[in-house]
Amino acid sequence: MARTRLIQAIHDGIVEEMARDPKVIVYGEDVELSIVGDLRGVHEQFGHDRIRNTPICETTLTGMAVGLASAGYRVVVQMMFSNFLYTGMDAIGNQMSKLRLMTGGQMELPITIIATIGGGSSNAAQHSDTSYPMLMNLGGVNVAVPATSADAKGLVKTAIRSPNPCFVLEPNGRGGDQGEVPDGEHLVAFGKAAVRREGDAVTVVAIGRMVKPALAAAATLADEGVSAEVIDPRTLVPFDTDAVLASVAKTGHLVVVDEARECCSAASQIAAVVAEQGFALLKGPIRRVTTPNVAIPYAPNAEAHVIPGEARIASAVRELLGRAGRSEKVLA
Amino acid sequence: MTTGLDVTSAGSRPGGGPSAAEALRLYESMVLIRRVEERLRDDSAAGKLPGAVHLYIGEEAVAAGVCAHLEDRDYATSTHRGHGHFLAKGGDVRAMMAEIWAKREGICRGMGGSMHVADISRGILGANGIVGAGLSIATGAAFGAKLDGDGKVAVCFFGDGASNQGVLMETLNVSSLWGLPVVFVCENNGFSEFTPSAEVTSGRIPDRARAFGVPVAEVDGNDVTAVWRAAGEAVQRGRAGGGPSFIEARTYRIQGHFEAESFVLSGGGYRTEEEIETWRQRDPIARFRSALTSAGTVAAADLDRIDAEVADRVADAVAYAEAGEPADPELAETLMFAPEES
Repeated sequence: MARTRLIQAIHDGIVEEMARDPKVIVYGEDVELSIVGDLRGVHEQFGHDRIRNTPICETTLTGMAVGLASAGYRVVVQMMFSNFLYTGMDAIGNQMSKLRLMTGGQMELPITIIATIGGGSSNAAQHSDTSYPMLMNLGGVNVAVPATSADAKGLVKTAIRSPNPCFVLEPNGRGGDQGEVPDGEHLVAFGKAAVRREGDAVTVVAIGRMVKPALAAAATLADEGVSAEVIDPRTLVPFDTDAVLASVAKTGHLVVVDEARECCSAASQIAAVVAEQGFALLKGPIRRVTTPNVAIPYAPNAEAHVIPGEARIASAVRELLGRAGRSEKVLA
Repeated sequence: MTTGLDVTSAGSRPGGGPSAAEALRLYESMVLIRRVEERLRDDSAAGKLPGAVHLYIGEEAVAAGVCAHLEDRDYATSTHRGHGHFLAKGGDVRAMMAEIWAKREGICRGMGGSMHVADISRGILGANGIVGAGLSIATGAAFGAKLDGDGKVAVCFFGDGASNQGVLMETLNVSSLWGLPVVFVCENNGFSEFTPSAEVTSGRIPDRARAFGVPVAEVDGNDVTAVWRAAGEAVQRGRAGGGPSFIEARTYRIQGHFEAESFVLSGGGYRTEEEIETWRQRDPIARFRSALTSAGTVAAADLDRIDAEVADRVADAVAYAEAGEPADPELAETLMFAPEES
């Protein structure tokens, strides 16, 4: 085990896969200098044929990935912010997510798209979205949302080896977070949730950047005598429904914490699945703690007001369990 | 239908035409596309096909003239009007027909249909329902070809409509910058769906490529020899590491945007019967046949034999499609993802 920053863990995963397979090609805007930080030194190590800067042209970056993958390469595209996926959306929504079915299974598209999700850095609305709901709805792409250094490395390696289009969405502002990464070959399978904290009174499913405040809320609640179990799904597509149902069977209560906007959020999908498949396990309504249906504002205080944090998560749990004080207002 | 690049014909004999054998292949390629599409036109009108078909009648010289220079290992991306590119690049006529008839035997097992015929084993990366989508896919395939370094090229067929998509500028920029072996083939057939191209296009389309330093050829798209010659030079440039090329082939869409368009036009129109008739007089197949026989390059009997063989192949393909099994509806649930490595 070695303590590793999350951004370094992604770097290590990409470098290991590039060394393992000469067909892995990386491109994107400013990847040679690696402004994002996850590709530092990769250009020096592997050269221009394996990693290269591109113009700012997201429509072509995603489209080229389809063509390059069709030509037998494993493509890694660094897209910086998940908001930029909107600009590159045709090749995501109409091509890479559909072409395997549309060609009757002829096409295999090993494409990994890396982008950051979430706010918290006063980057304002066009650099702060948590845009996986639209990806989940496409049906044909995997979506990984690592929250720890070990998962960041293991999921990016699994994504690069996958024969399918995969999105690895880095938690914005958490690149410096340290975590233990197992030595040697470390892969994390898709569709396997992790229990981050065990508990028996309420299940808190927290996605990506929300794992950290959910764990902080669980610690606060523990001091109040409330035992919360925190589950990190690690991938949204595929999703580990069994892990969530098993936890709800134990606790009887579910809170889903998601930085995406409420409407059609991942939290909405998870709540619907548990309501359909685990209704008899529930002792009360499911609560979603999400960003309201607004653009992320610039001002730090306004940003903190809309993005779920420790206080809102703890309040939602207290309210759900009938422990909320009269004075407490819950935005969610 | 893999002719490969004959460096003794197009490249090293500037202004030269195809040999007799090459001419017969070009003729066969065009006639096959025409007969297939006439049959699709009739079967669509008869209500036998479940979806819309967008026909290429009148534009056959472009696909035939370009694909004559391609091998299976080369890549091609196509448009919503893609049957001609599929066939000219060597796609199987039976498998394409079965696909359009939504049958299990279809090249895409009935999951894609007319607008999405693809044969990855032959480098046919697919017809595409999104105007301009093939531009970036072809550019990516050309990036792979460049990295492989073995002389493959990627051809992107697109129309005057796609020339107004921003992705054309992006892909011209990247392919020129990186010296990618892309051949951009703009089939200017006069119409962006139901709107005359001139109403929605400023400037001249080939000038868009010139702005990026990409070599341009402007050709009569109804003259298969002219297309063949320009494509030969462009493909050779790509194979030799000379980067992208751009061909504007001016042609005309004889059929509507799609068959049965009269239902959506509700009596309205966007062109005259006289205009269509003018272009019928420039039919690429009739012109080529006349040029070949009058020059004595080939005997009329050889062309008649091709006509008869093609008619048989098309009849066979339709019978094959008609007799096919309905598509497997459950495929939709199993084909989205390839099995993950465990």
